[in-house]
Amino acid sequence: MTTVQSGLRRSVATLGKPRKATYVVLAVFVLGSLFPFYWSFLVASRDNGMLTERIPPFLPGGNFFANASRVFDSVPFWKALGNSVIVSGTVTLTTVLFSSLAGFAFAKLRFKGRNGLFVFIVVTLAVPTQLGIIPLFIAMSELGWAGHLEAVIVPNLVTAFGVFWMRQYTVDALPYELIEAARVDGCSMIRIFWNVCLPAVRPAAAILAMFTFMMSWNDFLWPLVVLDAGNPTVQVALEKLQSGYYVDYSLVLAGTTLATIPILIVFVLLGRQIVAGIMQGAVKG
Amino acid sequence: MTVIDKVAPEGSKAGERTSPRPTFRHKLSRWDVKVSPYLYVAPFFIVFGIVGLFPLLYTAYVSLFKWKAGSDDPDFIGLDNYKELFGDAQFWNALTNTISIFLLSSVPQIIIAVLLAALLGARLRGATGWRVGILLPYAASLVAIGIIFANLFGPRYGLINGVLQTIGLDPVDWQASRIGSHIAIAIMVNWRWTGYNALIVLAAMQAIPKELHEAALIDGAGTWRRFFHVTLPLLKPTLVFVVITSTIGGLQIFTEPKLFDALPGSNNGGSTNQFQTVTLYLYQSAFENYNLGYASAIAWVLFVIIVLIALVNFFLTGRLARTPAVKKK
Repeated sequence: MTTVQSGLRRSVATLGKPRKATYVVLAVFVLGSLFPFYWSFLVASRDNGMLTERIPPFLPGGNFFANASRVFDSVPFWKALGNSVIVSGTVTLTTVLFSSLAGFAFAKLRFKGRNGLFVFIVVTLAVPTQLGIIPLFIAMSELGWAGHLEAVIVPNLVTAFGVFWMRQYTVDALPYELIEAARVDGCSMIRIFWNVCLPAVRPAAAILAMFTFMMSWNDFLWPLVVLDAGNPTVQVALEKLQSGYYVDYSLVLAGTTLATIPILIVFVLLGRQIVAGIMQGAVKG
Repeated sequence: MTVIDKVAPEGSKAGERTSPRPTFRHKLSRWDVKVSPYLYVAPFFIVFGIVGLFPLLYTAYVSLFKWKAGSDDPDFIGLDNYKELFGDAQFWNALTNTISIFLLSSVPQIIIAVLLAALLGARLRGATGWRVGILLPYAASLVAIGIIFANLFGPRYGLINGVLQTIGLDPVDWQASRIGSHIAIAIMVNWRWTGYNALIVLAAMQAIPKELHEAALIDGAGTWRRFFHVTLPLLKPTLVFVVITSTIGGLQIFTEPKLFDALPGSNNGGSTNQFQTVTLYLYQSAFENYNLGYASAIAWVLFVIIVLIALVNFFLTGRLARTPAVKKK
């Protein structure tokens, strides 16, 4: 009897303990995740001759900087980088600000139509906005914004996902007592938001900021539609690099490497938070 | 609970008691409490109105015209664009391609994501490191990935064909063959999203109470039986969520097929449209052929398809909700 029990206790204790094979399989997946990045760097650091070899080399060559400088000669890459930073930076700032404001209102303030409006926002999550590109393009042309960065920034000033996300977090993170105390002290609503709410929801705001930045940096269809080759974002510039009659892969993949490095650095530095954010969103959503 | 609306009137009542007429400050404060919430939620509604609702309705309007970009007076033709669309072989071809690519990507992706989540759910050494590693493709730019995979799947010098030949198999012309191109594009999609979905499933797995597994273990259930009879049923709501999001994304797939073309920059989706998707056809109609009316009709049909599938999923979720759901925190 006691041996049976202790045996069970032992197997309960080993519940969820990984086997060696688990590590092997995971390692294969991580290598698979890394490989395309490595491959593009490999081609970017050599010349096109490499691609015709039956067994390609495994180690990078020494031509990366030469190829990278050709990228800057072929397309306005500096301009594209600057544009991407401006667009992603602005969109991230406004999305986080407006989403936090709306999240604060929906989570903690009473007003007529609150529930209805919030349900409406959740429903809009299902509306694929990219299907509206035609009238949006017409509208941007009418406004004279086509070809300019406003056309990429304004549609992304705030997102339904952002509002939803910040509301879910604010509900738990901001105690009513704090708001009450601030009211008694004579704070205006906007000061309560700025000095009480924002510090309390900073973790969620940081995660939203990272997601928004990544999404915006990698956005392609809409910038491709509305911007022109002379004033592109990084993604549009990359596509232009590739679309010639003859594809110079060392050049193109040097471009993809250059465009990927910033986001990879962000990802490696903040990976832990990004993972936590995805998992948290999954449980709550 | 409703501290704000309680406190505010009380505050102003107190103010009224000391002075018969509310001071400017009090009025301002009451106005502040009343109006602020609307101001705070307004940006979303303004932006959505301009970039979501208006375009959706205006697309419907444009779809009723023979509307060429640049021409001044579009002709009203009623539902002719839709009639033409339903008889358009290229549209049906694009829809078939989209669904084929969607199935080839989603089905293996979700199965692998669940298995991967099960592996990641073990008490790993360096758990976060593994999770970050698996998620890495999610950070990649779609354009970069599209270009890189188009290179890897190149028919003559691509690495994939090189490997196939090295192990004695025939090379595949990934771009020219219909099923080959669908598989290659699906691999691109799966590469990017499997890790992401694995983490979502993992979150749901970790919300399953440990006691359930312990009880099953004491009842003598092995690893696989516990997986199929404890873990999987409890994951259903999350799986439906993953299916819905990947459906919405999958039906709009654009970047991957656009960049996979042997003639880069083309919107045909291959020489015989073998991998042209609906969104790519929409883009071609609008911004290559400048046929805005027709493209708008495509957009609306695609929108209706997405809504229908979302509704089916919604009812499915309602059914599944009756099975024991993952406890929310």
